[in-house]
Amino acid sequence: MPDNLIFAMEVTLNGLMTGVMYALVALGFVLIYKASGIFNYSQGVMALFAAMTLVGIQEGRVPFSHLINAIFGTSLHNFAWNSVPALLAILLTVAVMVLFAWAVQKFVFGHLVGQEPIILFMATIGLAYFLEGMADLMWGSEIRTLDVGLPQGLNTVIDDTTYGWFGYGFFIDNLDIVASIVAALLVAGLVAFAQYTKQGRAMRAVADDHQAALSVGISLNFVWILVWSLAGFVALVAGIMWGSKSGVQFSLSLIALKALPVLMLGGFTSIPGAIVGGLIIGVGEALFEFAVGPMIGGATENWFAYVLALIFLVFRPQGLFGEKIIERV
Amino acid sequence: MKKILTLAVAGLMAAGPAMADLVFPSLSYRTGPYAAGGIPFADGYADYFTLLNERDGGIGGVMTSVPECETAYNTERGVECYESTKGEGALVYQPLSTGITYQLIPRVTADHIPLHSMGYGRTSAANGEVFEWVFNYPGNYWDSASVIVNYLLSQNDGSLEGQKIVLLYHNSAYGREPIRTLEVLSEQYGFELVQLPVDHPGQEQGNQWLTIRRERPDYVVMWGWGVMNQVAVQEAANIRFPMDHFIGNWWAGAEHDVMPAGDAADGYLSLNMNGVGDLPVFDEIREYVVDRGLAAGDGSNIGSVLYIRGMYAAMLAAEAAATAQEIHGVAQIDATMMRDGMEALNITEERMDELGMHGVGPAFQVSCANHGGPGMGRIQQWNAADQQWVTVTDFIAPDDSVTQPLIDEDSAAFAAENDITPRDCSN
Repeated sequence: MPDNLIFAMEVTLNGLMTGVMYALVALGFVLIYKASGIFNYSQGVMALFAAMTLVGIQEGRVPFSHLINAIFGTSLHNFAWNSVPALLAILLTVAVMVLFAWAVQKFVFGHLVGQEPIILFMATIGLAYFLEGMADLMWGSEIRTLDVGLPQGLNTVIDDTTYGWFGYGFFIDNLDIVASIVAALLVAGLVAFAQYTKQGRAMRAVADDHQAALSVGISLNFVWILVWSLAGFVALVAGIMWGSKSGVQFSLSLIALKALPVLMLGGFTSIPGAIVGGLIIGVGEALFEFAVGPMIGGATENWFAYVLALIFLVFRPQGLFGEKIIERV
Repeated sequence: MKKILTLAVAGLMAAGPAMADLVFPSLSYRTGPYAAGGIPFADGYADYFTLLNERDGGIGGVMTSVPECETAYNTERGVECYESTKGEGALVYQPLSTGITYQLIPRVTADHIPLHSMGYGRTSAANGEVFEWVFNYPGNYWDSASVIVNYLLSQNDGSLEGQKIVLLYHNSAYGREPIRTLEVLSEQYGFELVQLPVDHPGQEQGNQWLTIRRERPDYVVMWGWGVMNQVAVQEAANIRFPMDHFIGNWWAGAEHDVMPAGDAADGYLSLNMNGVGDLPVFDEIREYVVDRGLAAGDGSNIGSVLYIRGMYAAMLAAEAAATAQEIHGVAQIDATMMRDGMEALNITEERMDELGMHGVGPAFQVSCANHGGPGMGRIQQWNAADQQWVTVTDFIAPDDSVTQPLIDEDSAAFAAENDITPRDCSN
């Protein structure tokens, strides 16, 4: 088999894995947009905030210690316990994200019911900046190492197997394999939750028609808190996966930029669309960089993802899985 | 109403530096994707001037002030910061960003305020005959590229013939700076140069490292900053690239660049323009600054690579200010006098010892024609077990026969584009 074909296969596999990582971020956007029609600009910052909170709890750090020390002249940094088991830290972080969801609903969107979508969108921009500042104030700006026990590095089984087949071992990162499994479980869990639980059915009812859901006694307030909580949980998962690669730092919030073409392609209202969109973007940009990148100077991933999404938009404006908008005049 | 106005005016006066201070604005970035590098540098810069105030009563009897302006490593905000602080009597700017530096060069030239882009910025600014107001001592990007190649030559019995070197660079003005030098050096020494750009911020490098794995280069040289560095070190570990063949430039060799990868980062090499290790001046900073509650940060950054570099930058600015005071015979200097002090700066081993900074940098002298300094750098290696950098070489000199013609060519082009007649520095 020609070398370039073998390399292209490796690139495709890695593109699929990268696509899963994009889809993890896109899922949070879809959840909130589907249930409330809000495009949540702060989803990337939520991933950052969740990851910083997780590391902060794991390391037993005192939140707002910089502020407390500056005001009271103390030198607080850590609690007496210096480390918290990963699972417990994750559970506590989920609790923080639920609290965050409640606060967002109570203090922001509860007051904006019935407003134009652009107003709600702008509120999420404000929320993003507020949350970024809050994360900085709570946990500081230093890069933190995230270690929840996930494997990283070359998968030797795949390397050895493909070497046996092609005389060239494929590189697949163990973390990407874990991310794929987690994403699959997450999607299955979300679908099962939406289909088979009372709260999930309420969520779907609100997504279909707010007024009708309200008329049958479903609490919009509760459903929106639930949705923001789920988006917070998805943000935590995305934050763990991305943070394991680079350490937890402020650039994590920029991963949201990679979710936008995924959403444009997959549709803003479809969970399977987020996954398929992520895979197409991941593979498309990787193959383009492999085949065309060297001829035009490389580093094509960022812009090519948007070009790919725009090409799809020309033919299907609602995205691959989005709901077709029909307005009668 | 009158009372309120009086209070407001008093408040404004208290908020800004007193006009009698020597003002060294700090265009810092404590937020955003590059904060991890910006914070220790800004802390070191501010703490050194606080030390001078507390220990010596300032410079030549005049107190210093370091008004900070947050740029978030954003070029537009950097320019806004410059415009909003230049009226405060600014003596010299240190923006810690090549993008901001490029934007400020025409402005400082028009405003007659020195700009010190220490080891970054526009490389050809080393030519003081063209760039009257811009300095980049003690070294520039082309120097550092040459130093890295000289180090590789020393590791390969003086020959890189037939070897393959990948340049993994931040796809920005900063990252593209060394390309010309490395292209010239690749022709001169017969190595193959493979260029791999990484887009801002550098969170995704999967494709680049797959290429590196396929290309099987002998060395990877990295021109990174921010998250790009941490991801690159992790990706190198993932593909099992030998860390002692992976060399970052001097902006890709801080503690936070390697710590997220844990033990896998052990052996990673980087260039450094300043020394590492315990310096006597740290004790004084702790005594006069941290213990008095005057530190810019919480004191935890003291001794880190970028804290030392920020402190080193402040020391060079303070020494230049003292030189300017001496030249002009006045304590209250202005920006033009500061420029004279920077051009007459003479950093000796003895002076660094006196300041408690033995070996923090090479001894060097600035001149009217040479704003670039000696361009020397050391190679350091990360010891993951001890979580510290270990210096593995002495200061290595760049190959001026390669870099100087490039500097002359580029600065001449800049002079022609901007209608600048080069100064005569022969007197």
